[in-house]
Amino acid sequence: MKDSLARFGRAIARSRKATAGAILLAVFIVLALFPGLFARDSPTAEAYARNLGPSSAHLFGTTGLGQDIFSQAVYGTGQVLEIAFGAGLASTLIAALIGVAAAYLGGFWDGVLNLFTDVVLVIPLFPLLIVIAAYVHNSGTSVLIAVLTFTGWSYTARQLRSQALSLRGRDFLAAARVRGERAAYIITVEILPTMSSLLVAAFLTNALYDVLFASSLQFIGLGDPDSTSWGTMLYWAQSNEALQTGYYLQAIVPGACIALLGAAFALLNYAFDEIGNPALRPVRRRRARSRPLGSRRVGRLEHA
Amino acid sequence: MLEVSGLTVEYAASRPVRAVDNVSFSVASGEFLGIVGESGCGKSTLLFAIAQLLTPPAEVTAGSVTFDGSNLVTMTQRQLSAIRWRDLSVVMQSAMNALNPVKSIGAQFADALRAHGRPSRQEVADRSAEVLRLVGIDPVHLRSYPHQLSGGMRQRAMIAMALLFTPDLVIMDEPTSALDVVAQRSLMTQIKELQASLGFAIIFVTHDMSLVSHFSDRLLVMYAGQIAEIGDTRRVFGQPLHPYSRGLLEAFPGIRGLRVPLTGIPGAPPDLSVSRAGCRFEPRCAARMPQCGTTAPDLVSRDGSDVRCLLYAGSGTEATMDAASADASTSTDASTNAGTAQ
Amino acid sequence: MRYVLRRAGFFLVTLWAAVTLNFFLPRMMPGNPAVAMMGKFRGRVSGQELASLETLFGADNRQSLPVQYVHYLGDIASGNWGTSLFYFPSPVSQVIRGAIFWTLGLVGVTTILAFALGTGVGIVAAWRRGGLLDSIAPPLLVIASAIPYFWVGMMFILIFGLKLQWLPWSGGADLTATPAWTPGYLGTVLQHALLPALALLITTIGTWTLTMRNNMVTTLAEDYVRMARAKGLRPSRIMFDYAARNAVLPNLTGFAMSLGFIVGGAILIEYVFNYPGVGYMLLQAVENEDYPLMQGLFLLITVAVLVAILLADIATAVFDPRTRSAQ
Repeated sequence: MKDSLARFGRAIARSRKATAGAILLAVFIVLALFPGLFARDSPTAEAYARNLGPSSAHLFGTTGLGQDIFSQAVYGTGQVLEIAFGAGLASTLIAALIGVAAAYLGGFWDGVLNLFTDVVLVIPLFPLLIVIAAYVHNSGTSVLIAVLTFTGWSYTARQLRSQALSLRGRDFLAAARVRGERAAYIITVEILPTMSSLLVAAFLTNALYDVLFASSLQFIGLGDPDSTSWGTMLYWAQSNEALQTGYYLQAIVPGACIALLGAAFALLNYAFDEIGNPALRPVRRRRARSRPLGSRRVGRLEHA
Repeated sequence: MLEVSGLTVEYAASRPVRAVDNVSFSVASGEFLGIVGESGCGKSTLLFAIAQLLTPPAEVTAGSVTFDGSNLVTMTQRQLSAIRWRDLSVVMQSAMNALNPVKSIGAQFADALRAHGRPSRQEVADRSAEVLRLVGIDPVHLRSYPHQLSGGMRQRAMIAMALLFTPDLVIMDEPTSALDVVAQRSLMTQIKELQASLGFAIIFVTHDMSLVSHFSDRLLVMYAGQIAEIGDTRRVFGQPLHPYSRGLLEAFPGIRGLRVPLTGIPGAPPDLSVSRAGCRFEPRCAARMPQCGTTAPDLVSRDGSDVRCLLYAGSGTEATMDAASADASTSTDASTNAGTAQ
Repeated sequence: MRYVLRRAGFFLVTLWAAVTLNFFLPRMMPGNPAVAMMGKFRGRVSGQELASLETLFGADNRQSLPVQYVHYLGDIASGNWGTSLFYFPSPVSQVIRGAIFWTLGLVGVTTILAFALGTGVGIVAAWRRGGLLDSIAPPLLVIASAIPYFWVGMMFILIFGLKLQWLPWSGGADLTATPAWTPGYLGTVLQHALLPALALLITTIGTWTLTMRNNMVTTLAEDYVRMARAKGLRPSRIMFDYAARNAVLPNLTGFAMSLGFIVGGAILIEYVFNYPGVGYMLLQAVENEDYPLMQGLFLLITVAVLVAILLADIATAVFDPRTRSAQ
């Protein structure tokens, strides 16, 4: 376990994209944990004049209800990260259990689980979320997490099953079976750790999409409009007709936050792709060194 | 016909790896040259370097490959394309990987034929059927996809494809490794027959020394990117000079003769990203001497073969390729002799 | 052939699952909002229509669940998807028909464009490894794919609609013009479609490009590509016939799986641009608590996705000979 972490750490440090993503994520985590350190005002207090532009008092101005946008952005980080990590972890877990079990058990159970996964996979996610949220009304964080988890595990389950399948024939698993270990042990102690980088990548993908979906739901008014979150900020901006009336920051700021957090997950994910498949690593262009006898093909990397 | 001179291939990295180090040899028309060595010794890299098929990060950093008078290393892509397949073709290890899975065999043959000239439909069909028949495959399989053929058939189809233009040289990279022993033997026999009737030269790379030595004219033993030994097959196989060649041969049991315990070669090939002084085989050599760790041996001629080993250094003429170093050591010898004579 | 049959079978199974889900959804929701909604219908609707609505929403306590289910299946199959609340007394099927055209035009065309363009750029980027395109594109697209669809739409409205005033940003066509197949009217349709289409294109093209590029890079390392070079084939032929043809195959199946996301994006884009398509209508139905319409739209969208997936599977069978023989 410890050297997996060390391996990840080194891999992240080696890739510029991953380092950028990691730093970005760290910034958001700090903001979420200690919002009070960065924002003076309460995000919900309608204490100020409405629709103010940016100033030294209000870094991003105020909303249509007189709330400080900067505070809202900072305090909103908490809920977004809660959803991202909560739903992300939960769906990755379910995906891992189902995907790996299907691969390991094989045969009939594999067929059943596979069919189940595929069916859930093709049902379009967002319309389903809309319908459920419409019935439930004012979905708070926990409802969002639950709904996102139960609908979002299928894609990852498929990926994890493929990788588990390719591991199934490997010798170290045969050795474990011969030792007489039970299936549950083999799955948790032997298979899952080997798939660690794929699991992390899966978690990052899920987290990214959960952030986007949750914000989208809140944006169209299906979240809890009284909560402090970037999605709800956008909802209020839209109802306030912020763009049409010229109060751009009300819309730009929360959107940019979502984009940045999403980018953090995506960059980290991209780097994990490269860890898993070294062929994808960046190829540095080389200048010609000791070219023999006046060769004309200098410098460029070429394929044909 | 083919003259490789001082060829060096490096893989770019933070610590570059010299996979092929100053390799020189020649191949005459119609000759069958076998190249043997263990995995990772650079033989495949050497092959691809000769055929100019390297991909980044590998590249030729020194030397030349003279084919029919022209240096392939300095040619432009257009010049190379004209030669490719017509005069020089390639057969790879796994036909399943080397054949495009989404195109039929016939389509892939046609691709090659149409890349050089403008043959009519009929000409393409005729020639494709002809080469398939050469290797004993029913031409109806031109319509088949690679995955529909058996392993042996695929391999033979690949060889047929290599012969579309009856090239002067066919380079083969372990074409039999993926087959069972019986199929191996029959494929080799077929290759040898084709060579006899069509007259092309073959460079055949493999790790299976005993297999290739039944069919090759000359044998080149490679170790850690360098030539360890090269010479007539009978000589190299019958009386191997280099300790590595000897080790390779002793690892194979003879089907006749006394039962002897098999001895492998202890240790592992060196890490080519680390340059070290002395002979590369020294850590694993049973016959090593104190100077082997510090002096890198050059190729020396002995009894008709060339061998890179200090066991034979100074006791014969230096191999012509390393003329410069030869002059240096013979003059040292001369002065020593002169000194003693005084 | 067996492959296509298997995929058709899968299509039927998922179709059944979707229809069944649609049946149970209103019945599973807490507080039974559907029943409350039914109260609004009583007195206004009677006879056959009332019966269908009750079957759809489970307000009919006289019949047992399995019987309701059978009635429901019959209704769905015959096109009787209930009566809209907001557009009363129009039946749901009629209301939907008006919106399908807009969505097909916008989303259909844009998706195909994004797929084609993205795949093309991915191929070229991978071909020239280490080149300019390959260095800029991946990180840029990674970031682009993380931006929420609706935000891109809003930024477009801001920049191109409000600030620069180049293009209209609301509605499907000029509202003052009369709908007809005239060049004038079609002109405004195109104008109004441009911004939403661009927004949708930008957000969806990222995934295609990235996956295609990654697939190409892996494919280019394959032996048969090296073989193609050895044969002296033209670079363009190698790139397309040998590399791209193989690299695109996983993209086709990926296309099917990502349709769900595209649908989501399309809904949001329509919402932001007030584009009168199926997605916009869905959100309006939610706002108006028009549950029959909402459920009908959900079913429509799901069926559309399933059909698209089936088509992608057939395309895979056409392009990959291995699927035709195996399994």
